[in-house]
Amino acid sequence: MSTAAARFLDAAGSITRNLRHRGLIQTALRKYESARDRRKAAFHDWESARQAAAETKWEAINHLDEHLVSFADKLESRGTKVHWCGNGIEARDLIRTIIRDAGAKCVVKSKAMTAEEIHLNEALEKDGFEVVESDLGEFIVQLRKEPPYHIVFPAMHLTRDEISDLFEKELGSAPTREPEELTMIARRALRRKYVTADVGITGANFAIAETGMVSITENEGNARLTAALPRTMITLLGIEKVLPRMEDLALFLPMLATAGAGQAITGYNTLYSGPRQPGESDGPTEWHVVLLDNRRTELLADPEQRDALHCIRCGACLNVCPIFKNVGGHTYGTTYSGPVGSVITPHLRGLQDWKHLSGSSSLCGACTEACPVRIDLHHHLLQNRRNAASEKPSTLERLTWRLHAFLMNSPSLYHLAKECGRVFEPLRKATEGTVLDPVRSWTTTRTLPPVAPVSFKEWWRERR
Amino acid sequence: MKVTLFIPCFVDACFPDVGISMVRILERLGHSVQCPEAVACCGQPAFNSGYWDEARRVADNALDHLRGTDAVVVASGSCGAMLKVFYPQLYDGRPRSAEAVELAGKVWEFSDFLVNRLGVTDLGARFPAKVTFHDGCHGLRELGIHAAPRQLLSHVRDLELVEMDEAATCCGFGGTFAAKFPMISTAMGEVKCASAAGTGADYVVSNDSSCLMHVQGLLDRQGSALKTIHLARILDSR
Repeated sequence: MSTAAARFLDAAGSITRNLRHRGLIQTALRKYESARDRRKAAFHDWESARQAAAETKWEAINHLDEHLVSFADKLESRGTKVHWCGNGIEARDLIRTIIRDAGAKCVVKSKAMTAEEIHLNEALEKDGFEVVESDLGEFIVQLRKEPPYHIVFPAMHLTRDEISDLFEKELGSAPTREPEELTMIARRALRRKYVTADVGITGANFAIAETGMVSITENEGNARLTAALPRTMITLLGIEKVLPRMEDLALFLPMLATAGAGQAITGYNTLYSGPRQPGESDGPTEWHVVLLDNRRTELLADPEQRDALHCIRCGACLNVCPIFKNVGGHTYGTTYSGPVGSVITPHLRGLQDWKHLSGSSSLCGACTEACPVRIDLHHHLLQNRRNAASEKPSTLERLTWRLHAFLMNSPSLYHLAKECGRVFEPLRKATEGTVLDPVRSWTTTRTLPPVAPVSFKEWWRERR
Repeated sequence: MKVTLFIPCFVDACFPDVGISMVRILERLGHSVQCPEAVACCGQPAFNSGYWDEARRVADNALDHLRGTDAVVVASGSCGAMLKVFYPQLYDGRPRSAEAVELAGKVWEFSDFLVNRLGVTDLGARFPAKVTFHDGCHGLRELGIHAAPRQLLSHVRDLELVEMDEAATCCGFGGTFAAKFPMISTAMGEVKCASAAGTGADYVVSNDSSCLMHVQGLLDRQGSALKTIHLARILDSR
């Protein structure tokens, strides 16, 4: 078992025992679901919208080379510096150099999962830069020195009381349970940083190939301030964020808001097309757009699972996943948690180390049903399992399944197995839940039905 | 019609009454039922574990014995999905691909078969109880079965159907998942049981015995008065 798998099992064990934690997440996500359903009803036909979105992303991903070049060319023509980074190390080194060249000390950041993916904050802090997260949820988890809990709701695992205590300890504020007051406390701390920061780092929701624009969607206005106030702006995005045309946003912005947060449209939607142009009075003087591969092209090369690159990081699959709802976001130990994380992490970080995420699913398909861009998520989990087993089969498991096949294909052996089940039932019952019980992983929490005195097949034979 | 009934291992060994009810119902409707004794499993456990070569050994046997019939009716949505949806994938690009596709075209889950193939919704059943229906995930999302079992229940005399909030949420069984990740599986099952119990129903009904085995296993340990029963047994009640 990989270290990651052992950690996963350990964390899953502790969260599933924590009824308060599970209750908190499930209550929050039930509210999300009813809000999302109300918003979905506002679409003329949600299923057609999903189909259209899937086709648009298919076009984007299957012609990624052309779209990326168009995106970069348009950006460069307006003075943006576009950088191509193969992996996290390259991206971190590049961003570090940009910040150093800008003579910066303080960096303000708006929420970017891609930055989490390459562990940007840790790297910059190690170099002595002050990095401030400006998204409220990200700011909270940063103060707690934790990774985001959820790709859209980073601090959803915390109650207002816990946030109040945290602010009291870290910022010296007075205790309060009012969300507005908590927001104001964070805002006062953050506003000072916007003014002093020399560099702003953002992520991106969509990269428009046709016009060379970056679309950023947010509810707090913090990304706008992050982009507008510092002299230097850096935008880090994965290469899969491309949309072919500007008009595609007409579908994708409401869809992202609906699937992601049960909103009609997100509070602030901004398009960035370049740094400050001659004659303009505000905006950053320098804009660096950093395009990150980090093994996305390997996923692109896989015809079976290429559609995983359609992901718009809305988090809808996490929100409906019964596994996520019972183990929580931190248990996964990955940047991208939930079903989409279980699908892509083995591709991004190694199949053998992360195959347990594809295994820890009942394959219920709620994720696939919820995905606004129709990624075949739960079937990809099956494919990851198949790929992991054929790449590095477990001798014991292979033998088990061969024996299983032999038993199931032989009516006499199968009949004998049922007889054994009947004969050994009293012994099994007596040892239930102990180390002698071969099925204790089931019987620790559940009863097991005994083999019936007359099985169906025995009844059938008798009858004929 | 010549109907081949596919009885998966757990129904055969632990829930024979479910299969017996299906035979009675189909025969009462005038169909000729056969049940090949040589088939016990569809191969899904190995398939879901990633061992597709081993799954094909089981599936080959099913392909051999499920020939020459008008319809294959499966006593579980999950095994039905394996035969109907996953066999064509399992044999994709292989010699028996055409056979797998042909079989898939004839496969029906029991409630789907009654309503959408035979056009029957009223079986003259009577079952005086308040019930709530659990949608097995494979039946619901792989086979798209949602209305059929509810239509059948709506015609059962003296039966009251109350929907639970989490009807379409997984019960946590998931085959080998339940044994490999028992803590997650159990937590999911607890959510299901609480939702079902919240309706005040006497029974949780489903068209999949595998889900019901999991839910009943948890309910027993909770000492709950709520019971589980397969749809076919209700439809066979008088």
